[in-house]
Amino acid sequence: MSEPLLPPIGMLAELTHRCPLQCPYCSNPVELLKADRELDTQTWLDLFSQAADLGVLQVHLSGGEPTLRRDFEQLIAGLSARGVYTNLITAGVGIAEGRIEAFAEAGLDHLQLSFQGARPATTDRIGNHRGSHEKKLETAHRARAAGLPLTINAPVHRHNIEEVPEFIDLALSLDAERLEIANVQYAGWALANRDRLMPDLAAVNRQADIVAAARERLAGIMTIDFVTPDYFAIYPKPCMGGWARDAFMVAPDGTVLPCHAAQTIPSLRFERFGDRRLAEIWTDSPAFNAFRGTDWMHEPCRSCERREIDWGGCRCQAMAIAGDATATDPACVKSPIHNRMAMLTDAAQAKAAPEGKESFIFRRIGAATRPDTRAEPAH
Amino acid sequence: MMAALRERAIVSSRSVPSLPRHVRIQYDPVRQAFAVLSPEKVFWPNEISLDILRRCNGQSSVERIIADLAADYEAYPRDVAADVVAFLQEWSDKLLVKL
Repeated sequence: MSEPLLPPIGMLAELTHRCPLQCPYCSNPVELLKADRELDTQTWLDLFSQAADLGVLQVHLSGGEPTLRRDFEQLIAGLSARGVYTNLITAGVGIAEGRIEAFAEAGLDHLQLSFQGARPATTDRIGNHRGSHEKKLETAHRARAAGLPLTINAPVHRHNIEEVPEFIDLALSLDAERLEIANVQYAGWALANRDRLMPDLAAVNRQADIVAAARERLAGIMTIDFVTPDYFAIYPKPCMGGWARDAFMVAPDGTVLPCHAAQTIPSLRFERFGDRRLAEIWTDSPAFNAFRGTDWMHEPCRSCERREIDWGGCRCQAMAIAGDATATDPACVKSPIHNRMAMLTDAAQAKAAPEGKESFIFRRIGAATRPDTRAEPAH
Repeated sequence: MMAALRERAIVSSRSVPSLPRHVRIQYDPVRQAFAVLSPEKVFWPNEISLDILRRCNGQSSVERIIADLAADYEAYPRDVAADVVAFLQEWSDKLLVKL
């Protein structure tokens, strides 16, 4: 280890893979778990308690759609009792009356609501769920009425990148404190749909200018966080702040992972909470130690002055594009195969269907492993 | 462009800062330090930043905060004022302090 092992600060808890939406860029693995694989209430509460003991200060409650868990209020209350900051990451569709108020009473600190489009037709088409946009607007209003701080999350790709100015207006009109313009990360379902989602360079550049201008204009009014698109980058992102460095995630069945897509690295074996204590997994799991720090790096990362800025970038992207999880993230200009990123974005443009005619692989159990069942857009 | 529901607040000596609901200061026994928790970020303020943030209680004016800090640090108010105002403006612009 090149630096001492520190306790984790953040945890992403994917409580369930069940979801009313079918977004083709979902970060869940393509092999989705059914409800019967989910941890029970007491196991999640034990896990949260061990996480707090270990030093976790923030838990992001996500999925799938986390509010589909009927024990969601109980899970918030368990975290809140330990002083852990709770962030609900929701699609905001189908949350029963009175529940958002109950989340706030249980101690929820913050709610992040996704919008697939700034226009109703886009939201409904991308999530493959008619009427979802209206339901999301209602969720936003209910969250504000319950006194909850609000972030609007906009996952950006070819089919909504021109709506970025409208996303900004939408978030302002909903009185959000924060807006995330998050270019899709091409792992999980997004990787399966990469050619169907990848924007072109001109649109990416327009977007960057719009966001920069809006950030300046809206200082003190609304915070805009911008997740830049890896395929158009010069340097990679410090994925998860560095592999197993200050955050981790837990899948619905209790598998503890360094990141969303870690299971795509075939050489790694992951452990489940319950079989071992969380502190042991964090400290000793060979998968967590595989890419911790800088000792695992080859050149050009090993001697790079940015090695402790971006920690080699994303291991799963190296796996997906270079075929080697120990390679430099191809998003990095120093990667010997960096030009493959531009080739992939060009290839995606060449295959683009006319707007509105794209046939996505919608996120649902079995869809990505049986391409013959590929769905047509519902409308 | 749509009109925002809020306007950018500018720090004055009469501002009465507070922490918004999505921000809280908390002692972390694991790291033995005070953390500022916000939706996606955790901050580790230094001693002076922490002293300012703890006085953002929705009751003390900026003038009062400056006077208190000057007394605590045995400094003249005019010597701490610029730093306090700049800090509060920066945190307000990031929506981490309410003015």
